[in-house]
Amino acid sequence: MPLAPVHIVRTGTANLASVVAALTRAGVQPALTSDPAEIENAKAVILPGVGSFGAAMEGIRAARIEHVLRDRIIAGRPTLSICLGLQVLFESSEETPGVPGLGVVPGIIGRFSGGVRIPQLGWNRVEADPMCTLLAGGDAYYANSYRAMTPPPGFSCAWTTHGERFIAAMERGAVLACQFHPELSGRWGAELIERWLDRAGVERAASSAGLPGKESAPC
Amino acid sequence: MLIPRIIPCLDVRDGRVVKGVRFQNLRDAGDPVQLAAEYERQGADELVMLDVSATPDGRRTALETVAAIRSVLSIPLTVGGGVRSTHDAAALLEAGADKVGVNTAAVKEPALLSELARRFGSQCVVLAIDAIRRAPTEGSQGGVLPPAWDVVVRSGTDRRAMDAVEWGIRATQLGAGEVLLTSVDRDGVGVGYDLELVAAMSSAVEVPVIASGGASTAEHLAQGLAHGAEAVLAASIFHDGVTTVSRVKEQLRSMGIRARSHEQAGEHAGRSCKP
Repeated sequence: MPLAPVHIVRTGTANLASVVAALTRAGVQPALTSDPAEIENAKAVILPGVGSFGAAMEGIRAARIEHVLRDRIIAGRPTLSICLGLQVLFESSEETPGVPGLGVVPGIIGRFSGGVRIPQLGWNRVEADPMCTLLAGGDAYYANSYRAMTPPPGFSCAWTTHGERFIAAMERGAVLACQFHPELSGRWGAELIERWLDRAGVERAASSAGLPGKESAPC
Repeated sequence: MLIPRIIPCLDVRDGRVVKGVRFQNLRDAGDPVQLAAEYERQGADELVMLDVSATPDGRRTALETVAAIRSVLSIPLTVGGGVRSTHDAAALLEAGADKVGVNTAAVKEPALLSELARRFGSQCVVLAIDAIRRAPTEGSQGGVLPPAWDVVVRSGTDRRAMDAVEWGIRATQLGAGEVLLTSVDRDGVGVGYDLELVAAMSSAVEVPVIASGGASTAEHLAQGLAHGAEAVLAASIFHDGVTTVSRVKEQLRSMGIRARSHEQAGEHAGRSCKP
């Protein structure tokens, strides 16, 4: 049986339907897994995250996939982290003090400050640094109360402002981590996922049928 | 700066979109999956689906409807109606909802909000409040008291002696990450939101407030935003073809209000059109 081209990490109760639906629309049939060997060998891995930093790390440790995830990212193998999936790449978070993250990049995740509404729920502007090759400017959908602010060495970043400027997303080769939800960010998010899949070397079925508003570019 | 959200709402019963006036006299308004896809195409920033079925069969159908909408939708989907437990919430999230709306069950058992927030995160928990204005009362000093609203549960049928704004404050402290605030007085009437209600709730809670109930024009949506709402919800005007999301957004832009453009391809270096 051929290996699925994209594996979505399933730990705990994260809602994965939106990610699965977005990949299906991009022409890929993903598999769900929490198996260390599958994650180690997978061509491309998506690490979603819903809930709290502590709960997410607990799920990762309980499934014994901490090391395979860390190794993948350090080695630059195709990995897409979403929302809390970005936060757990850092060392720790104010949300759950005392619980170490994957520590792939240095820094501590903090809570939004500056008199803004929390959670940040809704669409906000993303500006990508010129070195970015996957990330582009556009409007993204967010659902978060915590954020990263220090750009990690070796990554190119995109930025958003919600009271303060924070890391919207960061990329290095085929490793992409988004604080926003690309799977819920309309056509702009769908195109970002497609660029990441192409970078990862994942073959996609030609049809992206079913995505409303999807029209081929005029050039 | 967050961009104001325009949210069409689908009240769904037995697999069909319905719409009434003040929660009564429901009439058919179309197929939920077709409408959902059409609203995303028009530029909707999010969708709310409220399951107004009253039967177990209707609830099962609602899960199928959520899954069918999810498969075509690449914007957020909030689903509410009849959520009584973390089990119900998990089933909706599993089917494809991104956020879950809770109303009656949270009033009866406020701890449900904390349980949902602990398990799924506050950003996933929307407190739906149906609020009805109290009759103006004279203060003891002879002046008129500021306006106040009672909470109504069970689809607008069961009025509680419970202050809507105080409930919003308490519920968000317990873990609700957003308030979907519907004026029962204004539902389906089309004369604009209860702006005093929107302002009172928005200034009382830290989380985003979605204004709902009564909007029939772009001006009404703008008023809701000007009174503190981060998102504005409407149903009848979109279902009935009175206007479209894209038309409303154009009108908001002409009033100086930001609106998300959904036709924003071409900004990526590798894809931009170079003449």
